[in-house]
Amino acid sequence: MSRGLVSLSRAMTLGFIRDRMALFFTILFPLMFLVLFGGLLKDPGTSRSDIVEIGSVAVFDQMPAEAKAQLDQVLKIDKSGDRDTSLEKVRKGDYAAAVEQQGSTVIMHYSATDQVKSGIVRGVLGSIVQDANLVSAGVTVPAYRLDAQQVEDDSLKTIQFITPGILGWAIAVGATFGAALTLVTWRQKKILRRLRLSPVRTPTLIGARVGVSIGVALLQMAIFIGIASLPYFGLKLSDNWWMAIPLIVAATLAFMSIGLLAGSFAKTPEAASAIANLVVLPMAFLSGSFFPLDNAPSWVKTVSQALPLKHLNDAMLDVMVRGQGPGSALPAIGLLVGFALVVGTIAAFLFRWDDV
Amino acid sequence: MTLTIAVHGLHKSYGDVHAVNGASFEVQQGEFFGILGPNGAGKTTTLEILEGLRQADSGEVTVLGVPPWPRNPALLPRIGVQLQATSFFERLTAREQINTFASLYGVGPRRADEMLELVGLSDKADTRTEKLSGGQAQRLSIACALVHGPDLVFLDEPTSGLDPQARRNLWDLLRDINGQGHTVVLTTHYLDEAEILCDRVAIMDHGKILELGPPATLVRRLDAPTRISVESGLISLDDARALVDGATVDGAVADGTDGVEVVDDGVSLTIATRTPAPVLAALADRNAMRGLSVRGATLEDVFLNLTGREFRE
Ligand SMILES: Nc1ncnc2c1ncn2[C@@H]1O[C@H](COP(=O)(O)OP(=O)(O)O)[C@@H](O)[C@H]1O
Ligand SMILES: [Mg+2]
Repeated sequence: MSRGLVSLSRAMTLGFIRDRMALFFTILFPLMFLVLFGGLLKDPGTSRSDIVEIGSVAVFDQMPAEAKAQLDQVLKIDKSGDRDTSLEKVRKGDYAAAVEQQGSTVIMHYSATDQVKSGIVRGVLGSIVQDANLVSAGVTVPAYRLDAQQVEDDSLKTIQFITPGILGWAIAVGATFGAALTLVTWRQKKILRRLRLSPVRTPTLIGARVGVSIGVALLQMAIFIGIASLPYFGLKLSDNWWMAIPLIVAATLAFMSIGLLAGSFAKTPEAASAIANLVVLPMAFLSGSFFPLDNAPSWVKTVSQALPLKHLNDAMLDVMVRGQGPGSALPAIGLLVGFALVVGTIAAFLFRWDDV
Repeated sequence: MTLTIAVHGLHKSYGDVHAVNGASFEVQQGEFFGILGPNGAGKTTTLEILEGLRQADSGEVTVLGVPPWPRNPALLPRIGVQLQATSFFERLTAREQINTFASLYGVGPRRADEMLELVGLSDKADTRTEKLSGGQAQRLSIACALVHGPDLVFLDEPTSGLDPQARRNLWDLLRDINGQGHTVVLTTHYLDEAEILCDRVAIMDHGKILELGPPATLVRRLDAPTRISVESGLISLDDARALVDGATVDGAVADGTDGVEVVDDGVSLTIATRTPAPVLAALADRNAMRGLSVRGATLEDVFLNLTGREFRE
């Protein structure tokens, strides 16, 4: 009955694209978050510290041009002749530090209010003084060098982290609500009963719903990646980003199984959305969709391991922006499919054609 | 034998409620069969068992020669079911709706358009089903039930909630459908509807079938008096009684004990008699026929007679 499959999918697709609420909550609403986070937290790389140089400080002024350029990336150095005003500005937080030279001593004035920044400046100044000492001691080729390199692509920006997380959340919303609301509304409106009276087979019905949900998820993916890749946001996908497609398919199945379970308990569409909301929103927070879980308590990290969205988010991050190989997504795909099978089986046992 | 439906000793309970309590009936091919009963009589339950939506507790049911339970995909294309007007896919137009159902049966869009035409909805083809009126929605629902050309059609209270004009239009449609050779099984709680549409009607109450037969036969079998009314004041009560006595033939007695009686409620004077012809002749003689109306018994009287209570409480 491939005909039934096509026409049922068509009916569901039309029902979805004509439902403004569904379109808003599955596409526009998450997109607003992407634009907001991606725009607000744009380009965090400009964490240069401003310092003020009082009078003349030899280690800065006699620096070779090349080294000076490197220093510019970390420190922005203003010059001032007025010691008192400069110190006052450090006190007010306008500058991370004020630096002056008295004889052979480089003095750094800092405020305790921003310890991180003053720490950075102190570290940088320390190494500059060290280098100057080596040079004056006649060491031009040091025995050891430290070369620090970032593990990710140089261009890694907030948008790189935000896109997979918010996309994951959007897909969870779309698939969970799609499955739950279709089940409940169709049961309540007697459409399931009407379909049961037609020769359509149950796998055809389920196949149509799964197909439409996967289509919606891939559409979400296309829209999100498309917008995040605009020059303004600057998302850069790594080579194996396409592994996100099988990941999203597997995750859609997992989220649909949650939706079907919610739909088995709920009698009304309102109850179904309430249950789906109660599941999806906490799951999104605990899965790091909105902010990373690096600093979360360990119990949160433990709980998050049980959530399909967490595995989707991590695996998408790996293949879409961290540049990991295609195989890195396989364990997550396996987990998601397994989750879908277990929860889907429970939902199948609770399935009812009718309210009564 | 062309039995379309055969039901014997059907029982179905929901907990304590005995919804169907030993119903037996048969429906012939091509028949327009009605199940008439007040709300809660067990009509829907009976229909759902016939459609294969519910399992009977006990009893034998065959539909088109096979048991409808468990769900039998070979039987389903041969039956058409009209559910409530709301059982439509959401946010689809009338045409999309019927096309979707048609394709589930492997029926093409041309036939779907023909069905829309047949139920008079061609001009509403591109209207969302949510925006159809009650009568239009019912007609679309019936079109969806018929789109695959089933031998047997089930209609559960198709006219409830419709205004009188819409009901009459639907009656015409249902008669046409039956005329084209579809066997129709309809439930209704409207006595006039059963009387006008059905070849045979089963009167159902508390899960039991009380009476079964053509409406005219059921009414005739009741042997109820005919009610003749004229305007009040044309003749006096005593005159009317005398007139009835004088007109009584074959030894019937006009003493009210066998249903013959004379009542004047101030608006009309009503004479109930089993021999209307001589009474009418006598009234004509006296030139007392202003506002004349003659009513025979109806299914309402049949129901009253069977249950001892009015049809609608
Ligand atoms: N699913 C159900 N669960 C419990 N009781 C029911 C159910 N369906 C119907 N009933 C009861 O069974 C009786 C017959 O109902 P129904 O067949 O719907 O009657 P009708 O269609 O003639 O109004 C009623 O008393 C009704 O309350
Ligand atoms: Mg009913």
